[in-house]
Amino acid sequence: MTPNLHLWLIPLLPLVGAVVNGMFGKRFSRQTVSGVALTFSGAAFAKVLVIAAQFSSLNLPHVETVAAWIRAGSFQADFAFYLDSLSLVMLLVVTGVGFLIHIYSIGYMWEEDGFYRFFAYLNLFMFFMLTLVLASNYLVMFIGWEGVGLASYLLIGFWFTKDEAASAGKKAFIVNRIGDFGFLIALFLMIQHFGSLDFTQVFQIAYSRNVESGIGLLTLIGLLLMVGAAGKSAQLPLYVWLPDAMQGPTPVSALIHAATMVTAGVYMVSRSHLIFERAPLAMMVVAIVGTLTALFAATIGICQTDIKKVLAYSTISQLGYMFMACGVGAFSMGIFHLMTHAFFKGLLFLAAGAVIHSVGGEQDMRKMGGLRTKIPWTFWTMTAATFTIAGFPPFAAFFSKDAILYQAFVSPYGSWVYWAIGVLTAFLTSFYMFRLWFLTFFGEYRGEEHSSHDEHGAASHGHGIHESPKVMLIPLVILAVLSICGGWIGSERFDKFLAPALHSDSAVMESSAAAHAEPPVSETLLSGVSILAAIGGLALAWLLYLRRPQLPQEIAHALGGFYEAVVNKYYVDELYAVLFVKPLLDGSTKILWQGIDRDVIDATLDNSAEGSRKVSDTVRHMQSGNIRSYAGWVAAGAAAVIVYMVWMGTR
Amino acid sequence: MVPLSYYLILGGILFACGVTGFLIQRNIITIFMSIELMLNGVNLSFVAFAAQWHALSGQVFVFFVMVVAAAESAVGLAIIIAVYRNRETLNVDRINLLKL
Amino acid sequence: MLHLIVFSVFGIICVAGAVNLLVQRHPINSALSLVVVMGSLAVEFLLLGAEFVAAVQVIVYAGAVMVLFVFVIMLLNAGIEEHTKGSRVAILFGIPGMLIGSLLIAWVLLERSGTGSVAVGALPGPPKTIGWLLFHDYLLPFEVTSILVLIAIMGAVVLASPQESKQARREG
Repeated sequence: MTPNLHLWLIPLLPLVGAVVNGMFGKRFSRQTVSGVALTFSGAAFAKVLVIAAQFSSLNLPHVETVAAWIRAGSFQADFAFYLDSLSLVMLLVVTGVGFLIHIYSIGYMWEEDGFYRFFAYLNLFMFFMLTLVLASNYLVMFIGWEGVGLASYLLIGFWFTKDEAASAGKKAFIVNRIGDFGFLIALFLMIQHFGSLDFTQVFQIAYSRNVESGIGLLTLIGLLLMVGAAGKSAQLPLYVWLPDAMQGPTPVSALIHAATMVTAGVYMVSRSHLIFERAPLAMMVVAIVGTLTALFAATIGICQTDIKKVLAYSTISQLGYMFMACGVGAFSMGIFHLMTHAFFKGLLFLAAGAVIHSVGGEQDMRKMGGLRTKIPWTFWTMTAATFTIAGFPPFAAFFSKDAILYQAFVSPYGSWVYWAIGVLTAFLTSFYMFRLWFLTFFGEYRGEEHSSHDEHGAASHGHGIHESPKVMLIPLVILAVLSICGGWIGSERFDKFLAPALHSDSAVMESSAAAHAEPPVSETLLSGVSILAAIGGLALAWLLYLRRPQLPQEIAHALGGFYEAVVNKYYVDELYAVLFVKPLLDGSTKILWQGIDRDVIDATLDNSAEGSRKVSDTVRHMQSGNIRSYAGWVAAGAAAVIVYMVWMGTR
Repeated sequence: MVPLSYYLILGGILFACGVTGFLIQRNIITIFMSIELMLNGVNLSFVAFAAQWHALSGQVFVFFVMVVAAAESAVGLAIIIAVYRNRETLNVDRINLLKL
Repeated sequence: MLHLIVFSVFGIICVAGAVNLLVQRHPINSALSLVVVMGSLAVEFLLLGAEFVAAVQVIVYAGAVMVLFVFVIMLLNAGIEEHTKGSRVAILFGIPGMLIGSLLIAWVLLERSGTGSVAVGALPGPPKTIGWLLFHDYLLPFEVTSILVLIAIMGAVVLASPQESKQARREG
């Protein structure tokens, strides 16, 4: 007997919070708004914990249909929710980290005018993300997919009076849309060939088909799903929106662009693993895209000077790792890294926000330094996160990243090339993270005492560098603890937990089991190489930014043009502007606006009005006031009638 | 025995003269008289056909035409008097207040 | 034979009168030509046997309507009008149109020679028969026409009434 878990409550509670705050928040005091926001997101978190507690007694997968939606002939899509171990992991991450970020935001956004608006949007985002995660068919997932894009747009452009913020919001939404286009076509293909979008039905059909060699239907669907994921999760070539999205407030960057929304793509690919496992070509594309993105973003990250931009490129790079994992068939490892990434990246962003808050709004790392004595709590939590992301044991990311690299090496879908690039990227990750660490917290303070311009735009603290309030520090500490311990569950136990959701008796698991029996390469050896890479990055950063701070300049000079290219993000934005944006704008201006709207539609109306005016101008001469001309017309008309009558008469 | 067509041609000539006068005369009263001429030509055709087809309705129609012509000339001449009072002229080209 | 001669003579008088109406410059001459036309038309009616119509033509048309015309001409002291610029439309459209119309009719008529001939007094038109038709078959048009005449009388009285009396009434 499957008990009714009321899964629909989980997305609904934040939605209620969003509506209450959105409609009445303007009149509430700040405390009330925070209370409302925390209550509803906390309630969702509590419900997830309750479900987690009774998880082992449930019959999986647990599907709850709330209401019928589309019944069109043989096609049916309902509002239904789906619970299994994969959804549970995602739920815990989303609600847990989300709740912590809600708490943090109370402190961070306290001085803002749009306080209630922020929390309304934040709760709205939670609603959509939870819908996405709990969806039982691709259509409901698409609602959540689009909705988180909307929430992202609203939150990136939170300070909408600033031009850059508004443009960044637009850019995010539009680039997302391009990905969504691919997603939609995949859905259409599914409807056309499978007749359904429901997970259970689609996966059953996919499971019964043969593995495709070359490009078949499943490969096509997989590739299109990957396009959607690339848009949402900022992979090549659709990653360009994520660095710009740093215009939004830091809690937004933490929640949406680190922990949850960008991971939706990974979740979706993992959920559709049955489709991918039957389409090796699509898997290869996923792996290649992920790997290249990881390396590409890491190379850009090493030269950025804005603390948030470094973290943004780091996010893109880590997402690349997750896709690499999915691409080599280790879907559960991708989800494992997703979880640890939520912890440490969320922490990194929140801590960066605390740093920025402390120095009064400055985001350029070149103007920071020596902060470790002044903001110790922020320093220690950020240290935990930095060591984690670099991949040092026994911190969390070591386990997840290492598992990914190992699978990349041994999996039948993987190859040593993925592993090598992954290790190189790990080295670069360690390097730029420690660069950030050294530049921000060590050395001499290089900034001005009172910073005039502000990320907040309104408040500037004129009383020196100070630690953030407790309401901001507590989530940092909690996340730091999670970053340290989060990986101790171990990759094998995690894999077993997710097994009912993510495994089939595919070739992956057989060969993986065989590999476990006799590993071609020892896992310890590979881990050792990654640790070496991490240490190497730390050492290089120490050398360049602490010991001999003049070296980076000399290296930059030596590399010349190549360095310029990297600093300017390989001019990708400029390339897109020339290739896509400019032709689109020009086409829209010249063809659609001037050509069609102005010269055809408006011209038609104007010309018909003009024509009618001319006709009447000509005809009015008949009304000349001259009686004799009237007489003439009468006579002419009468003659015409007579002729006609005679003509008819003679016929 | 006069062929019917002769009567009709005569009526047609009268009608044509009436139209011509209607178009080229300058004096309003003369224009009116041309209208009367037209009506007379039509009357002749009516009576001619009535005679040929042995249908007395033709003559009854002539009767009606005459009544209408009388009424119309009465009203028309009253209008001409009113216009004359206003414009002091009977020249049709001078009555052009509606001219653009 | 005699029929034809009488017809021709009075036909020519008719046409001459009509042309004279067009040619004369003084309106009183045109009015008198019209009286001549009406008179000869009355004779034509007689030739066709329509005695009642002929009588009505002389009494009503020539005797009342034309008298009215002559009264108005004398009242308004109409004279020879100056030459003013006519209308191009009238000349361009009207006259050719009329010519075409009349020529067409003439051609049709002469083409169909089988329209037959009419004898003198072919159809007797005694007043009794006409009266019978008028009050039986054509009663409605008769009544309507009488209302029309009534309206015409009222309109003529209103339109032609002197305006000085109105002014006097206003000032007085």
